[in-house]
Amino acid sequence: MESINKRSYMQKLKAYKRNPISLVLSLLVMLSTILTIGILLFLIGYIMIKGIPNIKPELFQWEYNTLNVSLMPALINTVIMTLISLLIAAPIGVFSAIYLVEYAKKGNKLVSIIRITAETLSGIPSIVYGLFGLLFFVTALGWGMSLLAGAFTLSIMILPLIMRTTEEALKAVPNSYREGSYGLGAGKLRTVFKIVLPSAMPGILAGVILGIGRIVGESAALIYTAGTVAEIPKGSDFLFDSTRTLSVHMYALTSEGLYVDQSYATAVILFIIVVLINCLAGFISKKLSKV
Amino acid sequence: MSKYKESIMKTIFFVAACTSILAVALICLFLFINGIPAMTKIGIFDFLMGTTWKPNNTPPSFGILPMILGSIYVTAGAAVIGVPIGILTAVFMAHYCPPKLYRILKPAINLLAGIPSIVYGFFGLVVIVPFIRDTFGGAGSSMLAASILLGIMILPTIVGISESAIRAIPQSYYEGALALGASHERSTFFVVLPAAKSGIMAAIVLGIGRAIGETMAVIMVAGNQARMPAGLLKGVRTLTANIIIEMGYAAELHREALIATGVVLFVFILIINLLLSLLKRRTG
Repeated sequence: MESINKRSYMQKLKAYKRNPISLVLSLLVMLSTILTIGILLFLIGYIMIKGIPNIKPELFQWEYNTLNVSLMPALINTVIMTLISLLIAAPIGVFSAIYLVEYAKKGNKLVSIIRITAETLSGIPSIVYGLFGLLFFVTALGWGMSLLAGAFTLSIMILPLIMRTTEEALKAVPNSYREGSYGLGAGKLRTVFKIVLPSAMPGILAGVILGIGRIVGESAALIYTAGTVAEIPKGSDFLFDSTRTLSVHMYALTSEGLYVDQSYATAVILFIIVVLINCLAGFISKKLSKV
Repeated sequence: MSKYKESIMKTIFFVAACTSILAVALICLFLFINGIPAMTKIGIFDFLMGTTWKPNNTPPSFGILPMILGSIYVTAGAAVIGVPIGILTAVFMAHYCPPKLYRILKPAINLLAGIPSIVYGFFGLVVIVPFIRDTFGGAGSSMLAASILLGIMILPTIVGISESAIRAIPQSYYEGALALGASHERSTFFVVLPAAKSGIMAAIVLGIGRAIGETMAVIMVAGNQARMPAGLLKGVRTLTANIIIEMGYAAELHREALIATGVVLFVFILIINLLLSLLKRRTG
C-alpha cells in the first residue's frame, strides 16, 4: 500500500480536512485495533501481575490436598491425557489425510462426504463433545468417567484439526518429488512414507502441536468424561481412573471460590503453557515455509 | 508380497479416512437417541416453548425457552461488540498495518485465539463482573458481562477470517478506486469491503458459532439463573451452561432433558454450519 501513494503527513491532514468521512473511518480503524491489542495486553498483564506473586512452591507438591491446592497432579494428568489423545488422533488424522491427498480420486463422492463431516466436526462445540463422550464412552461402553473416556473424546475433537493441517502439508509437497520417486522405481507406499511424509513433517508437526494446545486448554469436554479427581492415576488399570487436567483443575478452583490466589497462579501456568505451545507451532511452520 | 502390503495399507488409510464419518454418525445417533424420547415425553412444544425450568418441582417443568433466549441474546450481544471491532481491526491488518508492526500484531491476534476459555472466564470473573457491578449496579454477573466476554473471545476468529477475505480481493480493485480519485479509506471501505462481503459474512457466522457453543467462560460471568432473561444487567443462563451445571446430579427425565438441551444446541450448530458452507460455496 505504502509505495502506491506516499504522501507527507501534512498532505494527509489536508486530504482528511476535505474528506471528513475518510477521517472518521480511519480513526475508527485505529481505535478498534488499539482496543483489540489493548484488551490482549490488559488481560495478559492483569493475570501475570496478580498471578506471578502467587506461584508458590506448595502448588507443586506431589499430593493434592485442600491445604496446598497443588496443581502438580493436574499438570501430570494433562501430560498423560495429551499423550493418549495424540496416540489415538495423530495416526488416524495423518492416515486419513494421506488417503484424501494421495489415494482418493478426484470427484469421489466419499471424499466430499469425508470433507463435510470433518468440517462439521470442527464446528461442534466442546460441550457437545463432552455430552457425547458421557453418553458413548462413559455410559454405553461402560468405561466410567476415566482417563480413557476423556482421551477418546478429545481425540475426536482434535481429529479435524490434524486432518486439515496434514492435508495442507501434503498438498504443499511438489509433485516432482513423487514423480522422481516413481521414476526411481519406488512403489506408492514407499513414496508416501519415504518421500512425501518426511517433507511434509514440519506442517504435520505444527498441526499436532496446535492439537496439544487445544487439549491443554479444554475443560468443557472433560468434566463429565474424565471427571474431576485430583490424583495421578496409578495401578494396572490406570486408564480407567478418573482424573482432572489443569484446565478442569482451574475450573474446580474458581467455582469453589475459596482459592482465588491459587486460581490466579494456575491461570498463569496454564497461560504460559499455551503460549509456549503456540510459539512452538508458529516456529515450526515458519521453518516449513523457509524450506 | 509388496503388492499385498500396498493394498493392506491402502485399506488402512481408507478406514482412517472414514473415522470422521463414523464419529459424526455416532455423535448424531447417540445425542438424538438419548435426547428425542425426553422431548416427546415432555412434549416438544412444552419443552421448546416452556418458560419455566424447574426440574426439582413436583410435577417438574422442563421448559428451555429461557435458555434458548439466553443463548441467543448473549450471542447477539457478543456479535454487536465483537463484529464491528473485529472487522475494523481486520481492515487495519490488511490495509493500514506497516509490515514491521504486522509481524508483532499477527501473532498477538493468534495468541488471543489460543487462550483457554477457562482463563477468559476467570478474567471475566475478576475484571468484567466487578466493573459492571461498580459502574451499573446489580450483581455484575449478567447478560452484559457475558456479551462483553464473548465479544472479546470471538475477536480473533473474526479478525483472522475477515483479514484473509479482504486480502483475497485483487489489488486492482483498490488501485482502480484510487485512480478514480477516491481516498485510501473510501477505496477500502466502499470498494474492497463490499467485494469481500461473503468472506466477512463467513467470519461473522463462524464467530457466532463460537459464541453460542462457548461454555466455561459463560458460566463464570452470566449468573446462570434459569429464568426468562429480564434485562442487560440481570443474570441469564445459556443452553451450554444448563448442561454443565446440572448434569452432575441430574437423573432420569431430568438427565434426559439435559441431553435434549444438548440436541437443541447441536441443531443450532448444524444450522450455522450449513449457513457457513453455503457462504463458502458462494466465495469459492
